[in-house]
Amino acid sequence: MDTSEDILQQASADLVRGSDTARPAKAARLSPSFVSWLQAGPMMLVFLAFFLIPLVFVVIVSFWDYNEYQLLPAFSGRGYTDTFEGCIAQLPELCTIAKTYVKTLKLCFLVWAITLFIGFWVAYFLAFHVKSKTWQMGLSLLCTIPFWTSNVIRMIAWIPLLGRNGLVNSGLMKTGLINQPVEWLLFSEFSVVLALVHLFTFFMVVPIFNSMIRIDKALIEAAYDAGATGFQTLVNVIIPLAKPGIVIGSIFVITIVMGDFITIGVMGGQQIAAAGKIIETRVNALQFPAAAANAVILLVITFLIITMMSRIVDIKKEL
Amino acid sequence: MKEGRPRSFYVLAIFFAAYVLFLYGPMIAIYVLSFQGPQGGLTFPMNGVSTYWLAKLFQGTGIVDLGAAFRRSLLLGIIVMAVTVVLSVAAGMAFRRKFKAQSILFYSAIASLIVPSIITSLGISLEFRIVDDLIKAHWNENFETSMGLLTSGLGAHLTWTLPFGLLIMFAIFNRFDPRLEEAARDLGATPWQAFRHVVLPIILPSVIGIGLFGFTLSWDELARSSQAIGAVNTLPLDLQGLTTTVTNPDIYALGTIISAVSFAVITLALGTIHILNKRQAAKGSDAGKGLV
Repeated sequence: MDTSEDILQQASADLVRGSDTARPAKAARLSPSFVSWLQAGPMMLVFLAFFLIPLVFVVIVSFWDYNEYQLLPAFSGRGYTDTFEGCIAQLPELCTIAKTYVKTLKLCFLVWAITLFIGFWVAYFLAFHVKSKTWQMGLSLLCTIPFWTSNVIRMIAWIPLLGRNGLVNSGLMKTGLINQPVEWLLFSEFSVVLALVHLFTFFMVVPIFNSMIRIDKALIEAAYDAGATGFQTLVNVIIPLAKPGIVIGSIFVITIVMGDFITIGVMGGQQIAAAGKIIETRVNALQFPAAAANAVILLVITFLIITMMSRIVDIKKEL
Repeated sequence: MKEGRPRSFYVLAIFFAAYVLFLYGPMIAIYVLSFQGPQGGLTFPMNGVSTYWLAKLFQGTGIVDLGAAFRRSLLLGIIVMAVTVVLSVAAGMAFRRKFKAQSILFYSAIASLIVPSIITSLGISLEFRIVDDLIKAHWNENFETSMGLLTSGLGAHLTWTLPFGLLIMFAIFNRFDPRLEEAARDLGATPWQAFRHVVLPIILPSVIGIGLFGFTLSWDELARSSQAIGAVNTLPLDLQGLTTTVTNPDIYALGTIISAVSFAVITLALGTIHILNKRQAAKGSDAGKGLV
């Protein structure tokens, strides 16, 4: 393919040189690799300037010193020691920071499990039960549109439902199931998990759906013909083949929840500590090295989770 | 597979419907509540029906300068959209043949998508602070800051929209028949002419999709803006600030307006895509028809 394209390109360049088009000489002089650089270079520059270099700065600054009002560019482990202050002395009790990370992991696991369950069955329905292409498109779009709208709005949308005088509480009161409004519905771990599931199930549905529509229907027919029950087909054929999508979706959800501080802040009533929240709090206190140190810790944990998951499947091959 | 639908179809159809209700129900609740009367509160039942709270936003309630934030978000969204479209299409073209640094670019895009936003945001803010300090130390003591909507803010948004743009381009070129382009070259088209007259018209609907992603992702972006945007706020940032203080439905009204813009852009883009697809089907050239 590549070679035939190259030959064609060469041929067309020759043709151009022969004809009298606007800029023949220039068009012929550009080598394919130069064109590639020209095409991909700008995007690479953006990632370099706004992603890769910033990441390097996070790591460097995490080893800088600081006082109340400024950064001191001198090597120091204070960002890290301040973070883990008193942790060793407190053992075997968990210190605040360790508890925060455990809680973040717990939230993360809950959201992951729920979004995986919902996402899998929604994708399954769209991929295997919706036969017409138009309906498939329409229903997928229906699931996608909320992803295109503001997260904060989708968070505060729970207030009229879950609040002290919200629909759920007043409904339960009217039916006589409870006498007092249930307090844990809003500004609690419950509401945080609910909102995260509400916001991010999309990231599970799309990759799992993409894996599922690539499954050859003949394989499923074959499983039925060989006498497999629906459940056996699901476990032995569909789930293994949908695994890449499941892994990619899981990586998205886990990394988003690990770093989230906005949903946890708004839905937790600013009361629940989480990994992302620590960074935000440190930044607000202008303790940048400590913020950066926490960012590095979060990055390492996230990276470990991704490495573990990508052992299961080659991500690049799937995209 | 056989005639009739299995029972699992109905179970899953109900599950799907419940999911859609879960997705949309709460959002609809706040859209409805933003049309309350002047005495309205944060919860049901509604207290009268009016456009009082929406109107109040445009008068400027004092809590947030809606007009300015609105214009800032709009400006940033449009620029992000344009840059995302141009850079994604260009990079997508590059990925059609092998080039050095291909995998570096690919992994940068994927990493940018999955590294938690707060880390990217913090990194950009540190980068700009350090640059500011350097400028102050070496060139100009009175220098304020290089952080801003169209410097650090634009960069932060692009790290979020470009990966999506690139992934959409991959999806497009997976389905693209390169023989159409070869035919154009055989007829003597320059690479630019082949792109302009053959490739672009075919991929145009999806390119509009990239623009749609670019604008709406930027318009609603929050986590990456939070540390990186500098002194000014975008609309979502203002909205987030309001969540802790406000007890009036004007926050819902603001939510309704932000959503209305998102929905307008989505509808406009999908409508354009639909029209383009129809035109392509109706009067597209017969090139390729014999091939597929």
